[in-house]
Amino acid sequence: MSVTYLEAIRAAQEKALADDPRVFIYGQDVGRFGGAFKATKNLYHQFPGRVIDAPISEDAILGAAVGAAIEGMRPIVEIQFADFSTVAFNQVVNQAATLHWRTGVPCPIVVRLPSGGTLGSGPFHSQSMEALYAHYPGLIVMTPATVEDAFGLLLEAVAIDDPVIFCEHKFLYYHLKAERLPDTALPAGKAHVIRPGRDLTVVAYSAMVHEALAVAEAMAGEGIQIEVVDLRTIKPLDTDTIMASVARTGRLLAVGESWPWGGVTAEVVARVAAEGFGLLDAPPQRLNAKDTPVPFHPALWAAHRPTEQSIAAAVRNLLQL
Amino acid sequence: MVDAVANEPEAEIQAREQYLRAYRIMLLARVLDDKMANLYRGGMIHGGVFLGRGQEALSVAVGLALQPEDIFAPLIRDVAGRLAFKETPLDAVRTYLGSALGPMRGRDGNIHRGRPQEGLLPMISHLGAMVSVVNGALLAWRLQGKTGRIGATCIGDGGTSTGAFHEGLNQAAVERLPLLVVVADNQYAYSTPSQRQYACRSLLDRAAGYGVEGRAVDGTDLAACLRVVKTASDKARRGDGPQMVVASLLRLCGHGEHDDASYVNPALKKAPVGRDCLVVAEQEILRRGWAQPGELEAWRAATQQEVDAVVAKVQREPAPDPYREDWTALATRHLAEQRPNNGGGHP
Repeated sequence: MSVTYLEAIRAAQEKALADDPRVFIYGQDVGRFGGAFKATKNLYHQFPGRVIDAPISEDAILGAAVGAAIEGMRPIVEIQFADFSTVAFNQVVNQAATLHWRTGVPCPIVVRLPSGGTLGSGPFHSQSMEALYAHYPGLIVMTPATVEDAFGLLLEAVAIDDPVIFCEHKFLYYHLKAERLPDTALPAGKAHVIRPGRDLTVVAYSAMVHEALAVAEAMAGEGIQIEVVDLRTIKPLDTDTIMASVARTGRLLAVGESWPWGGVTAEVVARVAAEGFGLLDAPPQRLNAKDTPVPFHPALWAAHRPTEQSIAAAVRNLLQL
Repeated sequence: MVDAVANEPEAEIQAREQYLRAYRIMLLARVLDDKMANLYRGGMIHGGVFLGRGQEALSVAVGLALQPEDIFAPLIRDVAGRLAFKETPLDAVRTYLGSALGPMRGRDGNIHRGRPQEGLLPMISHLGAMVSVVNGALLAWRLQGKTGRIGATCIGDGGTSTGAFHEGLNQAAVERLPLLVVVADNQYAYSTPSQRQYACRSLLDRAAGYGVEGRAVDGTDLAACLRVVKTASDKARRGDGPQMVVASLLRLCGHGEHDDASYVNPALKKAPVGRDCLVVAEQEILRRGWAQPGELEAWRAATQQEVDAVVAKVQREPAPDPYREDWTALATRHLAEQRPNNGGGHP
């Protein structure tokens, strides 16, 4: 018996609906159809009236979530692809994210964003939006890389009294598996050293954690020990765990699937440079997708995002091998 | 009251009392607006001042159609509707003057004020965005089994051009929510005239496109506004789905007090649509013998005194203190970003 990353997301929603009558799900095709990725499969039947199909109106979906939250509900919104959340951007960053600060009334909503690239998905079904949302005050941004975190962080997201942008990676939906759902979970806001090592720190999140782990495994054969830090939540950013790792290794490579200008990897490098300059044995480096829209063709797509090969090359460069 | 109305039937008494009640709120709104405009010209207000002059009859009708447990998302020119619903002049003045004791605590100002926990939503500046927020509250009540309540929101002709307005109205129609949308077609969106805003004959035509009931009203006529808005709100409350009211009127001020509105077509000011609803209401009160000129003068003087007292009180109140401000946007305080070197200036 094993459970996939996608099944964990479905299971977390099932548990949230069962445990808390304030929870409901709102999004396109989430009802009888069970969602474009089946992340809400059967929930419509299990929880009558609480899994609601929305028109193709991302702005209104998010606006309604805010209104429901004001009236005491805890909505989970599914945006069909993270890319489409740009249509809802105003309601997220100006309505949801400012409500508590302006009025003292909390805005407990979860916005699930099926994120990141998969083969053949092209410019409008592949985006990683986490840096955009992290830029705005008033939001928490989660980027689970494991089945356990997909479950545990989503449940915590529902319990949090603030808007949570939950960036779930589509590439991990089906092939990432765990033996069972976890009983306990590391809390949000804490990064996790997912693989210890003494030579170099790779800070990654979401699907890039697995590329980093693969590189660490492959290079272990050469006697190179890479420490991989899984950020788990990118806002707040667990700078303490990053700094502690860099203190051990003296070298930093930050890897992200999103675009290079600004963003999570830039933030990680900036913080390490500002707070841990003396810990570094080499200039901190980062690796991101290329600065173009996400390409459709698999050959282009594979070269657009960081891969095992490009991460390994960056690691060798940083270790001056 | 005067002898002429001593033996009137009950319905007429109610109509008269409602009209006079509405008028007194309109008057308070106008006096409050004029006071804010004066303070603005005296350099006493941070940021802009945005008046509801000319829209009081429509706005007050919305506020009076609501019950205390309803929800209301007013827009820029709804001081009358806010006061009629549940806002106090104190909240309004505190927000304009940036008092630390106001509902927005100096974090937001002017018309961006409200008390969401009491059903009065604070608008964001992005037009059309409040429609779906009201929908969400109505959806929540449906899930919670709370019935008999409605939600109302106001918008102008310009706001109806936004995608958010379209999405919100369509959403309300699909869910058949008890939503009241009141459109003040006030001829100008900032400086842009209606003919550059929409190409349909009337904004009312849009109601049918959404599958929503629509009603037109002369926004300068208080009695008509009270009647039409009440009819629409009653229908929403009865479960007849979203209701739209479109009022024709003229904005009798600039977009804000920084704007002299020199672009307004003079012919509109002389046309019926350009009538001042407050003056029209006063003339109607006198014509019907519901009050004497001296009473109107006394009401105005008392209102002026009330507003002056509120302003004097608020002017003695503390401004927000940047050193005591917690600079945390999250309710979940332990998840707030607090690092010495992220450039955000944290201690």
